[in-house]
Amino acid sequence: MSATPATAESTGVTNLNVSGDEAGPAPVAIVVSYGFWIFLLSDIIMFSALFATYAVLSGQTDGGPSGRELFDTRNVGIETLCLLFSSYTCGLGSVFLERRNLPAFYVLFGITFVLGAIFLGLEFHEFAGMVARGAGPSRSAFLSAFFALVGLHGAHVSIGLIWLAFMVAQTAAKGPREFVLRRLRCFSLFWHALDIIWVALMSLVYLMAVRV
Amino acid sequence: MNEKPKHPSSILVYTSGLAFALLLTGASFLVARSHTLWGPGLPVGLAVLAIAQMGVHLVFFLHVGSGPDDTNTVLALAFGILIVTLVVSGSLWIMANLNGNMMPPSAIMEMAR
Repeated sequence: MSATPATAESTGVTNLNVSGDEAGPAPVAIVVSYGFWIFLLSDIIMFSALFATYAVLSGQTDGGPSGRELFDTRNVGIETLCLLFSSYTCGLGSVFLERRNLPAFYVLFGITFVLGAIFLGLEFHEFAGMVARGAGPSRSAFLSAFFALVGLHGAHVSIGLIWLAFMVAQTAAKGPREFVLRRLRCFSLFWHALDIIWVALMSLVYLMAVRV
Repeated sequence: MNEKPKHPSSILVYTSGLAFALLLTGASFLVARSHTLWGPGLPVGLAVLAIAQMGVHLVFFLHVGSGPDDTNTVLALAFGILIVTLVVSGSLWIMANLNGNMMPPSAIMEMAR
């Protein structure tokens, strides 16, 4: 509240620039990641609408194949591990970039890209197999909801991969400058959020259908 | 919390997050594929494990914490969770209610005649 204890405190605590009343505008890094966080939450709310649709329609198979017949738990397990480890390498890569360790950053983001691409390949293979079995999105309400929900997540992962390649190229071209680091922080947030959505997909869509 | 060697601790945070997430994922798959859980309780068990794992991701990967910098983040997250809960539980509730109150198909055919 009063000025003197605040300054006495801020000498003890490093970089206390957000909690004070008259600290001035927050630094760009905090504003940008907060704004991106709001975007991610709105994205998650959009996903929640599709989750609700899927939950309502998951039993409406119209005599067609049900999730229990279609889903392959082993495939889902591999996809889950791919995304989880890519989230981990993405986090480690950003830590190494903050430390200005560029080779480690390139290797870890390379692994992130490969794991994301494997995930997409497996998902595409799964979708192609389902369509080939006559279980495409037009077969039943259940399958329409399934393809909309899982396909939207896959589209996010595809956009994430393009963004990742773009950010690695930008880091190589411009070096680890402040605005590059800021964008990479946003990318990490995006990639981790995709993993959170996949956790919900994996347990509530795939595993729930195994034994119903 | 913020000691001088900040970097090793952030790697440790990611690694422990990975370990927790692997543990919870393994538990989800085990619960779904074996008969450790009572059948009708399975959806609840899976939902609990999924929520726990989302919490692990939020804390260890997205670094949502309780520090003064995180107040706005946590408030926005709480609002997001509120909306998600309303959308999902509201849709399920309304649709289940409509299903329960719907006239059986035979009665609709009878009325159309």
